[in-house]
Amino acid sequence: MSVDHSLLDPPKLPFEPLIERNAVITEQPWVRWLLTALALVFLSAFLLLPLVSVFVEALRGGVHAYFAAFKEPDALAAIKLTLLTAAIAVPLNLVFGICAAWAIAKFEFRGKQILITLIDLPFSVSPVVAGLIYVIIFGAQGWAGPWLAAHDIKIIFAVPGIVLATIFITFPFIARELIPLMQEQGQDDEQAALSLGASGWQTFWNITLPNIRWGLLYGVLLCNARAMGEFGAVSVVSGHIRGKTNTMPLHIEILYNEYAFSAAFAVASLLALLALLTLGLKALVEWRHADELAATRRH
Amino acid sequence: MDIHIRDVSKRFGAFRALRDVNLDIASGELIALLGPSGSGKTTLLRAIAGLESIDAGQIKFGEEDAARLPVQGRRVGFVFQHYALFKHMTIGENVAFGLSVRDKRHRPAAAEIQRRVQELLELVQLPGLEKRYPNQLSGGQKQRVALARALAIEPRVLLLDEPFGALDAKVRKDLRRWLRALHDRTGYTTIFVTHDQEEALELADRIVVMNRGGIEQSGSVDELYEHPATPFVFDFLGSTNIIEADVLGRRLVHQQKEIATLHDSIHPNGPVDVYVRPGDLRAVEANSPGMDVFVRWVQRTGPIVRAEVNLSGTETVLTVELPHLHHDVPLFKADARLRLRMMQFSLYPRGSRLPSRSVVEPPILIGRERERARLS
Repeated sequence: MSVDHSLLDPPKLPFEPLIERNAVITEQPWVRWLLTALALVFLSAFLLLPLVSVFVEALRGGVHAYFAAFKEPDALAAIKLTLLTAAIAVPLNLVFGICAAWAIAKFEFRGKQILITLIDLPFSVSPVVAGLIYVIIFGAQGWAGPWLAAHDIKIIFAVPGIVLATIFITFPFIARELIPLMQEQGQDDEQAALSLGASGWQTFWNITLPNIRWGLLYGVLLCNARAMGEFGAVSVVSGHIRGKTNTMPLHIEILYNEYAFSAAFAVASLLALLALLTLGLKALVEWRHADELAATRRH
Repeated sequence: MDIHIRDVSKRFGAFRALRDVNLDIASGELIALLGPSGSGKTTLLRAIAGLESIDAGQIKFGEEDAARLPVQGRRVGFVFQHYALFKHMTIGENVAFGLSVRDKRHRPAAAEIQRRVQELLELVQLPGLEKRYPNQLSGGQKQRVALARALAIEPRVLLLDEPFGALDAKVRKDLRRWLRALHDRTGYTTIFVTHDQEEALELADRIVVMNRGGIEQSGSVDELYEHPATPFVFDFLGSTNIIEADVLGRRLVHQQKEIATLHDSIHPNGPVDVYVRPGDLRAVEANSPGMDVFVRWVQRTGPIVRAEVNLSGTETVLTVELPHLHHDVPLFKADARLRLRMMQFSLYPRGSRLPSRSVVEPPILIGRERERARLS
């Protein structure tokens, strides 16, 4: 075989690039196409179509009617209450979540398994039941009812009840996100910092928090999405007082029941937009920090 | 800083991780804690660092009782097996960490910290890398950064947990020599944990062999090889042949045949286990004392020729190892019959054999029979 290459030739691969097309372990082309198509059809029918229809319905009456739906005082109050609820519930669950994850990942103690199960409770209990729990405790006929009435504190059918129910429902999101991440990271970094003379607070602030920051952000986004969208538990404790204890999801329901479809879908589209924004941020975080999040793939 | 460990015990639930450990470490010594996994060596290291509490006993740094100090107050440099570098900080920030977290009164000025970082990175031969991040470095480089970070606080003692465990063989060897040279230059009292006996032998001034939470023996390489205190030490430091035999006066008898003559008479009559290394067996003439064997097979692995032999008339199998140029090698042919002599061996009471050391504890009889080669 003659060799007529020159060193000045552009480099060539001696063989085809290794694109894996191993016929033994890969399905037939038609199987692959079929599976992909099935998945796409399913997604379109059950996710994309409803989402698009929300916006289509919202804009059916024209842009003017769309924005008019938000000018209504009750709608504005509902948006405010939703944002307020999320603004209280998310930071609190941030703190609780970090505490719980820290305790579970970094310490050995009796009842740890019970704590993990308890954290999952809001996931497994129906939201309606969660709401009822608060009614039983704080309601007028509830355990703490007379005492609360005597001190003129309103929890059920008021903002505190809505916040409490939301905190309960969204509690697992941040803790669940952090526990596997912190367990995988172990304690070496923290112990190294301590042995170098850092105090507990310095270690948490300089070492632990940066190590979990992307998982934490991810958890906060999920928690926030649920806090704004929660319906069941909030519906039980809210009392549906217009302009006072209606959150966006409750407001949408009321509008819908009153056949104000255009307004209902307008508010729904805002909620959907917030969800899409959250999803977009989540995708961005995932894309930028895929490896750091790999440990948390559970949902 | 010299360190004194007195009667230190530690339990994890029902598991006794450390049992009454006593150890004195002189200032500037380089010590290896050697043992299998679960032997308590890492627990002891972490207890010295303050990363593990102890249930009983004392750990003293010089005259100071360190057991009452929290980990931050002990000023120990601890290097973790997987380095534990702070991923989100640059190499420079990592090395500076111990200095920059000090409170204002004790913190050096920023310029001084920078100077120290430069100096330490030069010491570990990684100058100019302070702007990089840990994931841009190789394993060996990370290990050296971890060491620089630990040295930054001018520790009273340097503790290394399996320092080379996560590195490949070549890097491991280089880094070992480098660490030895660094120790000779800086003189920090250093304790490292390893399960690799070769690593311990090559690097340490003194080796502490641990097993089941206790110290089996501590001493120089020579002491450990020449006077292994227990069957465990003998076995852990290399491959081992074990022959069940009986002491009868000055004779060592295996299945009615004399296999060796004892030259000192401290051994009471009775059953013993004879421990002999494969490299301490040599062929001798037929009329000199020794044991008759039958060669089953011979195999060369690199520079070592390994043979498996049967003690004649018994089922006992021994392994023999010879350097490939040794003049005995031609004698070892499959099916050959020859006479072997144990040039060096240890006697332990029967039943002290591994892993049932706890049955007879401590060993009631430590014997050693040594005779240097007198082969022409």
